[in-house]
Amino acid sequence: MIELKFKIEGGDFDRAGIASSETKKVLKQLNVDPKVVKRMVVALYEAEVNVAAHAWRGDVTVSVKDHQILAVVKDEGPGIADISRAMLEGFSTASPKVREMGFGAGMGLPNMKKNADELKVESTPEVGTTVTMVFDF
Amino acid sequence: MVQGVFHHAIQIDEAKCIGCIHCMRVCPTEAVRIKDGKATIIQERCIDCGQCMRACPAKAFYIEQNDLKMIEQFKYRIALFPAVLIGQFPDKYSEEQIYQAIMDLGFTHMIEVEQPIKVLIDLTKEYLKEEMIPKPCISTFCPAVVRLIQIKYPALTDNIIPIKAPHDLSAHFIQQALVNQGVKKEEIGIFYITPCAAKISAVKSPVGDQPSIVNGVISMNDFYNKIRQTIRKEVTIDTWQQRRHLTREGILWSTSRGESSRFGNRAIAIDGIHSVVKFFDRLENGEVKGFDFLEMRACDQSCSGGILLTGNRFTTTERLEQRSKNYPSYLDSEQDLELDVKNLTESLLIDEIKPHNAFRLDDDIGKAMEKMSKAQRIICFLPGIDCGACGAPNCQALAEDMVQGKAKMSDCVFLQQRWENEGRIGVGKAFHNMEKRWGEGRFNADCNKRGRRNEGF
Repeated sequence: MIELKFKIEGGDFDRAGIASSETKKVLKQLNVDPKVVKRMVVALYEAEVNVAAHAWRGDVTVSVKDHQILAVVKDEGPGIADISRAMLEGFSTASPKVREMGFGAGMGLPNMKKNADELKVESTPEVGTTVTMVFDF
Repeated sequence: MVQGVFHHAIQIDEAKCIGCIHCMRVCPTEAVRIKDGKATIIQERCIDCGQCMRACPAKAFYIEQNDLKMIEQFKYRIALFPAVLIGQFPDKYSEEQIYQAIMDLGFTHMIEVEQPIKVLIDLTKEYLKEEMIPKPCISTFCPAVVRLIQIKYPALTDNIIPIKAPHDLSAHFIQQALVNQGVKKEEIGIFYITPCAAKISAVKSPVGDQPSIVNGVISMNDFYNKIRQTIRKEVTIDTWQQRRHLTREGILWSTSRGESSRFGNRAIAIDGIHSVVKFFDRLENGEVKGFDFLEMRACDQSCSGGILLTGNRFTTTERLEQRSKNYPSYLDSEQDLELDVKNLTESLLIDEIKPHNAFRLDDDIGKAMEKMSKAQRIICFLPGIDCGACGAPNCQALAEDMVQGKAKMSDCVFLQQRWENEGRIGVGKAFHNMEKRWGEGRFNADCNKRGRRNEGF
């Protein structure tokens, strides 16, 4: 099993993308189908941006084994009050400041759902959110 | 061409290579390694961008080309050259003088690559209208970029527009024009004067499956020297007819924004291979959205900065800009009534552009995982200084070479020092290991030893 770990700080859009970028390099070296790599990168990047945009800090753990990629993005933050609404395209609680930076279009979770083979979102308000994504190859 | 084997134009002259690490440092695909004190290229990873050639202080890289004498085999000898050839001459030499000098070198016809550019613009615009194509689209203009996508960004191969590059178009264009005049195809020899190594590889190993109709390739720096030696003070022949299809857009096609200013509502132009790499990383991550067209060129200042140009890249671009003002836009240019556009268009289509991931550790995912885990353990012991003294560009690359059986722990000079300190290896053995990597006698005092001269002043 290959395991990769990354840290993300809330508000740090500059570093959000490190986890998806580094994971991408590893998956290419493992000769994983480019189409799967593409889906994984897009979904993980969205998850990273979500942490930067909404949470205080987060940990990303990506593990690869048995023809499966498991990505867990666990953050400490305000949590999501209504997960089913957050899954709707265009729904966003991003601050005007975040929107000014070009994020917060309400496409994050829908995009993750579209690209991952499995998506699980668990959240406790004022504690944090854990997003688990599975990609098969 | 042998199936699966990609032709590379860049070669290393071992006699000239002084075994430094400048080439290895600048290679965008980590394709260079130093073995026995000499640079070597991992063929599968090389994209012929020429960065190594630029960085070499010993001029040890050279480009394979055809001998100019080869043209004598043909009755009709065509010099096919991009407009940048003209751009690099000082203003005192007119287009007429340059054209005449090329004729004096033994060519019967001359065609600037960008003459029939309208056909390519129309065809590409037609393709960009299709709805289901992955955006942003990337043209095949720069072969180093196409190759980079194939080996490093396999997921982006779908974004490449399946239309051949301008040099293919103009080769077919001139062939068609001569055949229309009753000339037999086998009597025509088309010689491409190349501004870079990548275009040579593109002729010898085209991106699609069909072989190129170009018969030979000549380096522009050699050709430039020959023209300078041949050029006359006075012009005697009128060569205007050979340039009559040239357009403003054509002349500027190979300069930066030449393509991007024609295509798409939102287009970006990037020149310089390292900038291209950074942008592709972002694009692949899905961080870049909403663009229709990308003009990606490996050389700084696009083809004006080609590795085989003699003139300065900035003055070359400027002369092309000035020159373009004397020509009509492609929208107003004279149409060649005999031109069979349909036939020409068909010869430009590429069936399929396949990815060739050159960074995989193994074809088998299970084995690749094992190697990856092993490399991750090895990296714990390496210093992370990325000094290159092991002959690999960085510690990570060394660890990966090790799991591929291409390098050893003892290649790391810091690890060796540690072992010596711990008494696990003798000083003599450690020194012998270094000589094995860098060549025997390499560390003897020698005032003629060269690295790069200090350029900081």
